[in-house]
Amino acid sequence: MKEQCIFAGFGGQGMLLIGKFLAQAGMMAGKHVSWLPSYGPEMRGGTANCSVVISDRPVASPLISMADAVIAMNLPSMLKFQSLVKPGGLLVVNSSLIDDKSNRDDCEVIYIPANKIAEEIGNPKGANVVIFGAYLAKKLNIVTAEQAIEAIREELGEKKARFLEGNIKALHKGIEYVNA
Amino acid sequence: MALTLMKGSEAIAEAAIRVGCRYFFGYPITPQTEIPEYMSARMPQIGGTFLQAESEIGAINMVYGAAGTGARVLTSSSSPGVSLKQEGISYIAASEVPCVIMNVMRGGPGLGSIQAGQADYSQSTKGGGHGDYKLVVYAPSSVQESIDLMTIAFDVAEKYRTPVLIAADGMICQMMEPVELPEMIEHKIDYKKMPWAITGEHESDTHKRAIINSLYITVEELDELNERLQANYRKIEENEVRYEAYNLENAEIVVTAFGTVARICKSAIDDLKEEGINIGLLRPITLWPFPYEAVHKAATQPGVKAVLDVELNAGQMLEDVKIAVNGDQKIEFLGRYGSHMPTAEEIYDKLLQMRREF
Amino acid sequence: MAVVFEKTKMLTDAPYHYCPGCNHGIAHRLVAESIEDLGLTNNVVGVAPVGCSVFAYNYFNCDMYEAPHGRAPAVATGLKRVLPESLIFTYQGDGDLASIGTNEVVHAAHRGENISVIFINNAIYGMTGGQMAPTTLVGQKTTTSPYGRDEATCGAPIKVCEMLAQIPGTYYAERVAMNTNANIMKAKKAITKAFKYQMEGRGFTIVELLSTCPTNWGLSPVESLKWLEENMIPYYPLGVYKDKGAE
Repeated sequence: MKEQCIFAGFGGQGMLLIGKFLAQAGMMAGKHVSWLPSYGPEMRGGTANCSVVISDRPVASPLISMADAVIAMNLPSMLKFQSLVKPGGLLVVNSSLIDDKSNRDDCEVIYIPANKIAEEIGNPKGANVVIFGAYLAKKLNIVTAEQAIEAIREELGEKKARFLEGNIKALHKGIEYVNA
Repeated sequence: MALTLMKGSEAIAEAAIRVGCRYFFGYPITPQTEIPEYMSARMPQIGGTFLQAESEIGAINMVYGAAGTGARVLTSSSSPGVSLKQEGISYIAASEVPCVIMNVMRGGPGLGSIQAGQADYSQSTKGGGHGDYKLVVYAPSSVQESIDLMTIAFDVAEKYRTPVLIAADGMICQMMEPVELPEMIEHKIDYKKMPWAITGEHESDTHKRAIINSLYITVEELDELNERLQANYRKIEENEVRYEAYNLENAEIVVTAFGTVARICKSAIDDLKEEGINIGLLRPITLWPFPYEAVHKAATQPGVKAVLDVELNAGQMLEDVKIAVNGDQKIEFLGRYGSHMPTAEEIYDKLLQMRREF
Repeated sequence: MAVVFEKTKMLTDAPYHYCPGCNHGIAHRLVAESIEDLGLTNNVVGVAPVGCSVFAYNYFNCDMYEAPHGRAPAVATGLKRVLPESLIFTYQGDGDLASIGTNEVVHAAHRGENISVIFINNAIYGMTGGQMAPTTLVGQKTTTSPYGRDEATCGAPIKVCEMLAQIPGTYYAERVAMNTNANIMKAKKAITKAFKYQMEGRGFTIVELLSTCPTNWGLSPVESLKWLEENMIPYYPLGVYKDKGAE
């Protein structure tokens, strides 16, 4: 098993964080993982993305040239990364901010209004976790929802523990949207 | 011990602290700034010293001053900053003062880029500053290996009284991987083993005053220093060579690569193995001393038809690979300049193409 | 027999390599005696520069460093951070401190680094054979200013004490000279004061000693003392530029 996943969005949309949630969950599930962010000037208001690899074997390259999944939180991210999805792979698109449709017809594409859902549950900053839930709904064979929640708890730590409940709710909403 | 998911830069800094480093002098430069940032928060918690120097030149000379006492001292920088440190590194090498220097390599020359690079190979391994000196140079290819090498780096620095360089790159510092950290130790200076260390104590019948110096104005004195240094380097070459051999058995081609680039090569090698094609990897962990014998042996073992050297520079380690192989095997080179990390597919395609040309 | 004079034990018995009439010998002795007077013989490290006093480690009878050119304040900073209770001093000339090493000394002062800088200003590069220093006076002829220092192209000489006194981290800055017995006594007092302040943890201290270079000035030792008095002191006035302890 090897899952290579790219999380991309504007800086501040929390894509690096949900990448960490996935890497942490993978580690807790006993897998080998790596998390590699983009960095530099593009962090200043441009696109921010990270590559997460989860594998049964030690991770060789942390760089991803062909992805099992791409999660695009905004239009520039979808345009930049949709071509990297392997045929038959997964593309998750935040339809709250992206009106366009993907040009890919050889992979599964999920459109989810992540910001709208987040606002509906009273957690407008939780759109990243909603879209993470949508991704996870298709990948529960890699990490379970329980492992993801444990990872979120670990990443938030004691200082931000008050945000845990809101994040769990957002995660479940994302999963439910895809399963509905 | 449980694994922790840690960013490379923070893991490197914490590892240095755990192995007894209590003095850090540095200057901000991407992509290693998280190391001084981490140190600035962590050192005060454990009674250590973090000092943001006025320049890389200042920082390396503070290292020189602090390390002369026998304390464990670290500085960290990235390529352009390490160029500035070269003067001080030459003095430290000549004065036989142990310390550890991190170079989180980025693209060059000049201001270059802030993405990963490997173009400081020659600077690191062939001297860098002025004079006949060498640094022991470690090139980690994972966050865990960076941690493990920190212990080795300080031990080797003290054992041979030499500055040690850890040549990582931007990718290692920025990425997160699960790691296991060493236990926290307090480094006690053993003055019996370090009679050269500065203490401030006056000369007496039982104590000789310490002079940390690199000036040897007569032919005889300078010869003596250089001969001592060279004898030390021969010992290091005999005892401290490190490398990783990966999938060498029945290999048709042997890839040579170091640091993060070796990981990308491993991906290509793994993919080819699934198709029944055996490619080996010989990854130098010490760039100096270079594993000449191991490279030659791997390159000339039965069944091997070629060597592919892959680097994130214009072919700097290639020169050492050529010396190692000594004309006994065909060598090809796949190079990308700093920032332009080759993909596993490119390496995969190159290896297939080489196979077709056998 | 009564002992009427005993050389300080902070100097070794090595004969100085300095030129006849050079003031380094006096400065070394003042520093060494100050260390002994303060009872710090067993708790002191010196940092030598690059320049004529590059061999200072042969003369000061304590643990010594020989720093890269201009970097003595940075080396001393590293030392001080590991040995905060020890007296740490640098001994630097004008090329070392005021040219290649301005960055290091200015920032050591800004950090209020608790070290003492002994600064020998003789308005010329000595060791390399009499080139123009940042402290060379306007009109002064050297091997790299053969027509005399031209202010229009080389600027005016740097006044180190005045400059460093502006820095909040500087606790004490005084300029003294070694041209008369009275001034030499004052110089010793200044050095002792700087060391005392350091041991009290006060911060950065500097004593600038105006000094002669008969060889490169092309004058006899006696003429040199006169030249110092008539040319250097008017441009580099003696006195205390900062003493937070006296405020």
